[in-house]
Amino acid sequence: MTKELDLSALKAKSRKIRKEIVSMVYHANSGHLGGSLGATDIVVALYYHIMNHDADNPQWAQRDRFILSKGHCTPVIYAVLADCSYFPTEDLKTFRRPGSHLQGHPFQPKTPGIEASTGTLGLGISTGVGMALAAKVRKENHYYYILCGDGEIQEGQVWEAAMFANKYKLDNVIAFVDRNYLQTDGNSEVVMPLNPLKPKWESFGWHVLEIDGNDFTQVISAVEEAKKMKGKPSMIIARTVKGKGVSFMENEASWHGTPPKKEEYERAIKELNDGV
Amino acid sequence: MGYVHGLLELARSIPELVVLDADVAKATKTAEFEAVYPERFFNCGVQEQNMLSVAAGLALEGFLPFASTFGVFATCRAGDQMRNSVAYPKLNVKIGATHCGISTGGDGASHQSIEDIAIARSFPNMTVLVPGDYEEAKQCTIAAAKFKGPVYLRFGRDAYPVVEELHGKFEIGKAKFLKGGNELTIITTGIMACEGLIAAETLAKEGCDARVIHMPTVKPIDRQAIVSAACETRRIITVEEHSIIGGLGEAVAGVTAEVCPCYVLRVGVKDVFGESGESNELLNKYGLRAANIVNAARQLLRMSI
Repeated sequence: MTKELDLSALKAKSRKIRKEIVSMVYHANSGHLGGSLGATDIVVALYYHIMNHDADNPQWAQRDRFILSKGHCTPVIYAVLADCSYFPTEDLKTFRRPGSHLQGHPFQPKTPGIEASTGTLGLGISTGVGMALAAKVRKENHYYYILCGDGEIQEGQVWEAAMFANKYKLDNVIAFVDRNYLQTDGNSEVVMPLNPLKPKWESFGWHVLEIDGNDFTQVISAVEEAKKMKGKPSMIIARTVKGKGVSFMENEASWHGTPPKKEEYERAIKELNDGV
Repeated sequence: MGYVHGLLELARSIPELVVLDADVAKATKTAEFEAVYPERFFNCGVQEQNMLSVAAGLALEGFLPFASTFGVFATCRAGDQMRNSVAYPKLNVKIGATHCGISTGGDGASHQSIEDIAIARSFPNMTVLVPGDYEEAKQCTIAAAKFKGPVYLRFGRDAYPVVEELHGKFEIGKAKFLKGGNELTIITTGIMACEGLIAAETLAKEGCDARVIHMPTVKPIDRQAIVSAACETRRIITVEEHSIIGGLGEAVAGVTAEVCPCYVLRVGVKDVFGESGESNELLNKYGLRAANIVNAARQLLRMSI
C-alpha cells in the first residue's frame, strides 16, 4: 500500500506530538524529553505514513509492529498512540502516576498499542527479533520496526540480537539507531565510542542505511529501500537532534531525563506553537 | 532427561511449542528434541540474555517457548531478561534450567547454581518448580506447559535416583506427602527427597516418627502443608540442594513465622561457594546427605518446644 506523501501534514503532526511530549513530562514532573523530541519524526513517519496498523483492532494479526527498545522515550510513543486513538488523550495526564497504564517505560500488558515491554536497554531489540522470528516461521509478511537509542547499543545484548537476526535472515526487521550522539553522561563518543557505526552493523550481516532522522522524506525512502532487501535485517542509522524542536533543549545532554520548570515549559510550548 | 522427554511428548499435541537453547543442547538434552523437530528448535548460541528476550518475543506472538540453559546462566547472567522480558509482563515463557545445585560437580563454583531458587522466586509472577527425579521432571515439564505464565523449571545434572514415592499426582502448588509422622517434619525439594526419606528411616530406628513432605513447587509454596506440619509436629527441617539463603528453607520459615511459629532448621549449602568434585563427594562435603538431616533432627529433638 502506497500512501500519498503529505509532508506538511506530517510536519504538523510532529509539532502536535512534540507539544504533547513536553506537556506530559512537565505535568508528570518526570520523564525523558530530549530523546523523545529527537525521535518524534521517525515515530510520526512510521505511524502516519509507513506502518499498517489499526487502533480499532490493536491485535490485528497482519499489523506492522513497532517496538520502542529505547524504552525511556515513552512520551513520544504514548503521544502518538493517543493521537491515533489507541486510548483517550486524557490518559496522557496520568503518565508516570500511580494507577496509570502509562508507565515510565513501556508495559505491553497494560497499554493498548504497546507491543513489547522494554526498559532496561537491549531488551527491545532482542524481543523484537524474537517476534520477527515467529512471523518468519509462520510465513507472515508484516514488518517489525525497532527503535534503539545510540547509547543503548553499547549494551552487549544488542549485538547478541544482531547476530541472531542475521542467523535467521530476519528481513522483516527494520531497525533504527536514533543517532543523536548524546547519552545520560554526555557525548557518546566520549562516554563509550560507537563509531565507526555503519561497518559495525555491516560486519554483523545487516543491511545498513544512513539518513537524517529528522527528515521525513529520508526516513520514508530508507524504509522503502530496507523493504527491498531480502535475506538480511536492515538497520537505519538515523542522525537526529536530541531535543529537536525546542531551541534550548537541542543537542543538550542535560535534557535527557530532566523535566522542564514552568517558564521552560511555557517557552517550549510557545516555540512549538510558533514553529520556530 | 525427564525434561526433554516431557517436551517430546508435549510437542505432539501442542504445535506452538518451540525449544530454544544456548549452545548447551547436548548437555540439557534438548538436542534430542532438535533431532525430532528441527524446525521447532532454535539454537541461540552462547547468548542467554538474548535467548530469554527472544523467547519473550515468541511468546508475544503466540508460541510456547521453552528456553533451556544451565541454571546459573538463566538466573545470574540473564537475570534482567528473566525479570523484565519474562516475569514483569507475565509472558508464557518456560525456562528449563539444568545443571542446578552443587552436584553439577567438576565445573566448580562458577557453574554451580546455588542461588537460582532465591532469584527466581523473588520475581513476581514467577512459578518455581524443582522436581526430584526423572518422572517428576517429566511431570513438572508437562504441568508447566499447561500452566499459563512464566515458569522456572529447575533440574539437576546427574541422573537422579528414582524415588517411587514421588510418582503420585503432580499439581503446581501442592506438596507431596511421602511419609506420615508427628514428631518432626522433613520438607524436601528437588533431589533431596531421596535423602529425606533415608533420614526418616534412620530416625524411625531411633524411635523418632518423622513426617516427610516433598515440595516440587517452591513457588507458590503449599502453605497449608507447612501450617499443618508446623502445628502438628512443632519441628521442621528443610532440605535443599541450594543456598540456605532465599530458597525452600526461607520460604517455609516465612510461612511458619507468620502463622504458626516453630523451629525451622535449614539443611542446604551454608552461604559458601562450592568447588570442583564428583557429585557424591560434594553432596557429602557440603552437608547435603541423610546423615546431615538426621543430625539436624537430633539437634531439634533436644530443643524444648
